[in-house]
Amino acid sequence: MADPIFIERLPAAGHEWIDRDQRLCFSFEGRRYGAYAGDTISSALWGNGVRLLGRSFKYHRPRGVYSMCAHDANVMLENGETLNIRGDTTLVEDGMDLTAVNTVGSLRYDLAGLTDRMSGFLPVGFYYKAFHTPNWMFPNWERMIRDIAGLGKVNPAAEWKPSPKGYDACDVLIVGGGPSGMAAALAAGRAGSRVVLVEDTRCLGGSLCYAGATAPESVATINSMRDEIAKLENVEVRLNTSVRGCYSENWLAMIGPGGMTKMRATAVVVATGAYEQPAVFRHNDLPGVMLGTAAQRLAHLYRVKPMQRALVLLGNDYGYGVALDLKAAGVEVAAVVDLRETIGKGELVHDVKTAGIEILAGQCVYEAHPAGGLRGIKGARVCPVNSDGTCISTTGINVNCDGIVMATGWAPAGDLIGQAGGRLNYVQDAAQFRPDELPPGMFAAGRVNGVFGVDARVEDGGQAGGQAAAFAVGKELPARRRPTDEIIAPSHPYPIVKHPKGKAFVDLDEDVQIKDIVNAAKEGYDSAELVKRYTTVGMGPSQGKISNLNSSRILAKATGQTIGAVGYTTFRPFTQPTTIGELAGRRFHPDRRTPIHSRHQAAGAVFMHAGAWLRPEYYGPRVRHQAIVHEVQAVRHSAGIIDVGTLGKIDVCGADAAEFLERMYTGRFSDLTLGRCRYALMCDESGVVIDDGMSARLGDDRFYVTTTSSGSAAIVREMKRWAMIWGLEVTIIDHTGQFGALNLAGPESRNILGRLTDLDISAGGFEYLGFREAVVAGVNCRLMRVGFVGELGYELHVPAQHAAALWDAVIEAGQPEGIIPFGVEAQRLLRMEKGHQIIGQDTDGLTTPLEAGLAWAVKMTKPFFIGQRSLKIVEPRPNVRALAGFVMHDSTVMPSECHLVVDGDEICGRVTSIARSPTLGHVIGMAYMRPDQTTPGTVIDIRVEGRLVQAEVAKLPFFDPSNERQKS
Amino acid sequence: MKIMTCPVNGPRPLQEFVYGGDVTEMPCPDQVTDEQWAAYVFERDGAPGPHKEWWYHAPSGVWFIAERDTGTDEISNTYLYNG
Repeated sequence: MADPIFIERLPAAGHEWIDRDQRLCFSFEGRRYGAYAGDTISSALWGNGVRLLGRSFKYHRPRGVYSMCAHDANVMLENGETLNIRGDTTLVEDGMDLTAVNTVGSLRYDLAGLTDRMSGFLPVGFYYKAFHTPNWMFPNWERMIRDIAGLGKVNPAAEWKPSPKGYDACDVLIVGGGPSGMAAALAAGRAGSRVVLVEDTRCLGGSLCYAGATAPESVATINSMRDEIAKLENVEVRLNTSVRGCYSENWLAMIGPGGMTKMRATAVVVATGAYEQPAVFRHNDLPGVMLGTAAQRLAHLYRVKPMQRALVLLGNDYGYGVALDLKAAGVEVAAVVDLRETIGKGELVHDVKTAGIEILAGQCVYEAHPAGGLRGIKGARVCPVNSDGTCISTTGINVNCDGIVMATGWAPAGDLIGQAGGRLNYVQDAAQFRPDELPPGMFAAGRVNGVFGVDARVEDGGQAGGQAAAFAVGKELPARRRPTDEIIAPSHPYPIVKHPKGKAFVDLDEDVQIKDIVNAAKEGYDSAELVKRYTTVGMGPSQGKISNLNSSRILAKATGQTIGAVGYTTFRPFTQPTTIGELAGRRFHPDRRTPIHSRHQAAGAVFMHAGAWLRPEYYGPRVRHQAIVHEVQAVRHSAGIIDVGTLGKIDVCGADAAEFLERMYTGRFSDLTLGRCRYALMCDESGVVIDDGMSARLGDDRFYVTTTSSGSAAIVREMKRWAMIWGLEVTIIDHTGQFGALNLAGPESRNILGRLTDLDISAGGFEYLGFREAVVAGVNCRLMRVGFVGELGYELHVPAQHAAALWDAVIEAGQPEGIIPFGVEAQRLLRMEKGHQIIGQDTDGLTTPLEAGLAWAVKMTKPFFIGQRSLKIVEPRPNVRALAGFVMHDSTVMPSECHLVVDGDEICGRVTSIARSPTLGHVIGMAYMRPDQTTPGTVIDIRVEGRLVQAEVAKLPFFDPSNERQKS
Repeated sequence: MKIMTCPVNGPRPLQEFVYGGDVTEMPCPDQVTDEQWAAYVFERDGAPGPHKEWWYHAPSGVWFIAERDTGTDEISNTYLYNG
């Protein structure tokens, strides 16, 4: 294989981020390149003369280095495993094999690049306009757009990597390790706060790391502040860590080398700096056009010469420093184009003049001249301009250059402030937004606060740190004074020049141009939020970091509003692209297990989730259907046992216990005698059925009630609330987790139980719906004679620690009868044969007891119960639907739950339960239908996947209508 | 993650609490018209602003009332119900 391409860098400098002793080798688009350790992918490629680093999302235009810090999304790569690797900030690793994400074919010969020439046919809002007519074409358009527009290909076989999460807390969290952040850390640290200082690059210093001529003392400043911070034990510095979101009450999510940390900070100092903003002109997106700070980063941090011959377009004095940096990096500076008519008198301007660089004041770059099929630039046309971006003449002069460096202004990196509910206001004389109202405990410092000079930033940070430390201990905040700043207006108010041929890009991620925003305004989208949605400006991976401000400027001009009135779009998490992998948890699914779980496992149970509970669906080794039939037959012919420990189990005690149940449940309980239990149905205040269970009387002032498995927590909660509101003397004790329960059912169950207890369980001694407390298999037990599955049966409730032993004892005692455990599916089938409803399956969020066939359980003559008043309104009206049973003798096409019962065009109801009954030998089910359809023998239509199948309405229950079996 | 102050247990993370709806006193069922009853059951003012809400501290089973501005999500006061 050929040697990797490697071009040597500028001479070593003390502050560079590359380690020249370590050479690495990596591939990009099939070619091999050399790099130094510490290089990012973008710096290594640019350093090796590669100018085409990516393609844009919509028009597939060639793109190169733009911000050099991932404020743009030009350089996004994949390696076969990970997608959307950000080239600007991802370190080169030896052996990396990378390709660009948004290409068809290859990056160099991208077939989809044709869309650029067709861009005239793709106007703003084209998604909304073009692809919905005719409607039936939309799925085809969608497929085509998705094929072209995807950013990378997901590899489903990629290895799963854990993404750890942690929790942490501190007094003062400082976001951003530049001069203001470091000063804040020192101030808060010296005041005794526990401080965490978070910096998203590899070292402290922020913009001072690459400030060059704009701040000649910067390296010394960083070093001395860093040394001071190191002396403070209560200040922890976290590098390579970025704060991705700020949530309620200073709870922040940050991602660093160790995964995600959820940090609760008492006070937060936002020292996140500023995003440098591009100028907008024709072809301002092509490789070679870049931000001033991008050129500085290349030159100072990676010692890469950004270009050979540069044109510097600027709107502030900072840009003069950039021009000097370029010259120092060996770049020939063709000219400095100053958008301002009157140039400053600062030192930097003076130095530029002294260096013999030509200054063109009151001029703009009207257009860049593309080179080599848009893969770079070969020059620019410079024209005189007014301060509002209007060109006085477009003849201008042509300047040859292979790079245009833009230093026209900033926008505050105020994302966290916005997310926390703070506000930014447009400050006219600084031509930018500045934090105005900050939420309690949040403080801003440095460039995000509109303070630009290095000394001023240090002073501002110190003040913010002092305030944060005071806030953290609840002291009065020291006063804040805005530092005197050296650079007063670092932003140009309108660095935007339109061109009749367009291709002047506001948003590089989404290829949004000036005219798109102007057209959106003309079509009536006159606020920042609307324009964002219509044009997609700011919706790309960089979330408007370098496009929102210019978009607002253009919109303000087009609609005659001030920028302050146009505003900015809502800041939402995340501040930086965050992968699903970084967010993904450990699939932590807490399961509730009953105390008999191990017995089910040993018996080969196949488990299902029922809410949080794990319950046996059926028991192996038989296949599902056969197992269920086998279990049903055991219960019908001999005996079965099921774990019902998931039911809610509540003691209701106190002098008013009976009165309380009268109010909570629809039935009557004051007349329930000792040793009896009764079905209990609960409605909400609108009269809708919400829960059911059994209620047994333990004593004069003591009841034991059960609830559905899924409803237990909510029912306990509601009981406690009403008990409090009504002021009744009643105590609610939730035994749900403390008691195990099992149901022994089947014609042989009395014989089996009799071997385990001295209690008189004869038909006369322990009658149907009786309740006893007795010793069973040596365990104190609550017994209820219930018949949910329609057979003689006993529900046994015991303290959880004895449940497994009781289960074992019952199974052993039942060996002669061949007792087997049965699962939830068999139970569902058994109860359906018996016509018993399951609340939540055979009812929904609108079902009244009157519709569900439960009117018998509702005592409307009681003085009060929850839902009674609503039912009184509903009762006189005819029901809209009613629950009824049906059978199907021909079941070649079997409906499923929720298939609709229809009559012609009318939807009458839906199937709620359906199964083939092993006992009856045909399909049975329950469904809602029109009340007039519920007469047994009526034929109803059920729609199954577009076909109609017929079922015959049948009387409930399907099995043992005289209840002989359960009462025996 | 928000912190809420339970009147019994002090400041606790929001995950420990369950929202229980707006505090609306039940009218006497016998003395209201059907329309008034329906209004009590179904109509709640959801406009952002100060609201009185039921909250439940699930681990300890404590119901209490929180005065919360649903526009700003500021909880100004929490206290136990007293008839």
